[in-house]
Amino acid sequence: MNYRRMMTVMRTDLKQLQQSKDFWIPMALLGGLFFLVIPGVLLSVINSIGNIGTIQQVSQALQLLPQTAQDAVPQAASDGTKVSFVLAVYLLAPIAVIVPLTISTAVGSSSIVGERERGTGEFLAHSPAGVREIYLGKLIASLIPGYLTTIVGFGLYSLMVNLIVGPAAGGWFFPTASWWLLILWVLPPFLLIALSLVLRLSARVKSTAAAQQAAGLITFPLILIAYGQSTGALFGAAAVTLSFAMGAVAWGIGFALLFSGMRSLTRARLLGVANEA
Amino acid sequence: MTQPIDAATNDDPMMMATGDPRLVVELRNVGKHFGPVPALSNLTILAPRSRITVLLGPNGAGKTTAIRIITGALVPDEGHVRTFGLDPNVDGEQVRSRCGVVSAKPALYDRLSGWDNLQYAAELYGLGRNAIEPIRAAAGRFGIIEALDQQVGGYSTGMKTRLALSRSVLHDPELLLFDEPTSGLDPESSHAVLDLIREMADEGRTVIMCTHLLIEAEGLADQIIVLESGTDLIHGTQLALTERYFPGFLVRLDAEDPTQLDQLIAAPGVISVSRVGDVTEVFVDELNRVPDLVTQLAAAGVRLTRVDPYHPSLEDLYFAIRRERRGVDSTTGIGTFPELGR
Repeated sequence: MNYRRMMTVMRTDLKQLQQSKDFWIPMALLGGLFFLVIPGVLLSVINSIGNIGTIQQVSQALQLLPQTAQDAVPQAASDGTKVSFVLAVYLLAPIAVIVPLTISTAVGSSSIVGERERGTGEFLAHSPAGVREIYLGKLIASLIPGYLTTIVGFGLYSLMVNLIVGPAAGGWFFPTASWWLLILWVLPPFLLIALSLVLRLSARVKSTAAAQQAAGLITFPLILIAYGQSTGALFGAAAVTLSFAMGAVAWGIGFALLFSGMRSLTRARLLGVANEA
Repeated sequence: MTQPIDAATNDDPMMMATGDPRLVVELRNVGKHFGPVPALSNLTILAPRSRITVLLGPNGAGKTTAIRIITGALVPDEGHVRTFGLDPNVDGEQVRSRCGVVSAKPALYDRLSGWDNLQYAAELYGLGRNAIEPIRAAAGRFGIIEALDQQVGGYSTGMKTRLALSRSVLHDPELLLFDEPTSGLDPESSHAVLDLIREMADEGRTVIMCTHLLIEAEGLADQIIVLESGTDLIHGTQLALTERYFPGFLVRLDAEDPTQLDQLIAAPGVISVSRVGDVTEVFVDELNRVPDLVTQLAAAGVRLTRVDPYHPSLEDLYFAIRRERRGVDSTTGIGTFPELGR
């Protein structure tokens, strides 16, 4: 395994993405919409309309949350601030899952079949690069745009939440420990799982369109699982412990899929030769 | 110029034993199936060092699959494969790092610049991230250096081919594999590319070139291997194959009184005389009979208006080989000339 060559494949794939405005403009819009526009509008509206009846009703509904979640909410704050706090810390958490999974699978689904369609798979197949180096280079190149968007979006989201909700909630409170765990420990293995499956698919299908269709089928349940898990991890009684455990399991599954996925790429598949194992 | 392969000496690759160090590529009795479809069947390709071997055949003859097997990009189902004496399926990285490949489709990254395409190859082939000089030298050689800053998507077909050729020699490979390198090029660009291929062989590199264009192989090939349906029909130099398939030489003659040419049938070395249209076609056993025939006719008072020795082209040869393999016209010992209607 030549790591330098793997990094070369990764860098070149990223450079191609960088040259593709038709890719990164929608990606930036998606990140901006989920991390800034939707939460920003919701939090600003709740913060500005004050303690009207609807907000008070929602505030009372917060009693349905687990006790640990209720304890984290500033008790002395107004109903509007409580709702904003819960929204920012708990209900918007899944955006951190949806955005990277959507972006990374979009990139990953076309990465191998795309080489074949453009004819550049022929160049790679005749090159000294090993198929594992190519596979890993492409996997990392697919992971980075989604994860990077999430990190940047998460930073901006944190800033926005603290600026809008923070003053009324007694100072800057975001990100919480559970959010750090979600972003740094839980999310990466879910991305790894999704990309291992998507790249395996990309190596086998005949066209980018087919890869994207099938990738949607693979990632949709994953998004649901990650959504549920991330919300649960943030709400749960032992949120931090649960996040650790969930992340550990996901890492295990992710690496198992990664190693088996590496075997799915062959030079014959880069060449698009039919019926080749 | 490289020396042509001499079939009379032990230069003939077909006479070289398994593992002969003079053979850069050795495919013996190779078979390959894609599912139930046979792509190669009992294919033998022996390419000696510093020579141009041309794989000639129609589309679907197995030329591209053969190239893929040579570099180890595909694994054969059966047969013996060695490239530089190594098994490409075991020592693939070593083999591929010594090969330069230009595929029928240029296989370039359209969204990257020409420079970035070459830089990518330089890094994959181990030249490192600062391979500025090799990149400039390779691009300069193929006249593409001025366009390196442009995105490849905006290149013409000729520019893409030149860039692909530059990429193939970037790492100074010993073996060059060209799969229809002039595909889509205009005649002038094709000619320039073929000149460059000849130049690279003259520098000592081994070249294997696939083509279905007979005119490309004409004069370029040190060895011709005709492929059909995944198998090799015949190997040899153009001269040796011509002598085998066209043992007689054709001379086209005309005179003020063409009937006077009939007397040639009695001349030494003349195989046949026939009138075809406005000319008389005379088959002789050796080309050096022609001056004697001309002298004899002049002495007999025949006023010649045309003396035109005809050399069978590679196209004539190719069709003669294919006809023979199909069991047509293999009995006369003399190849047929399709354009003469024989």
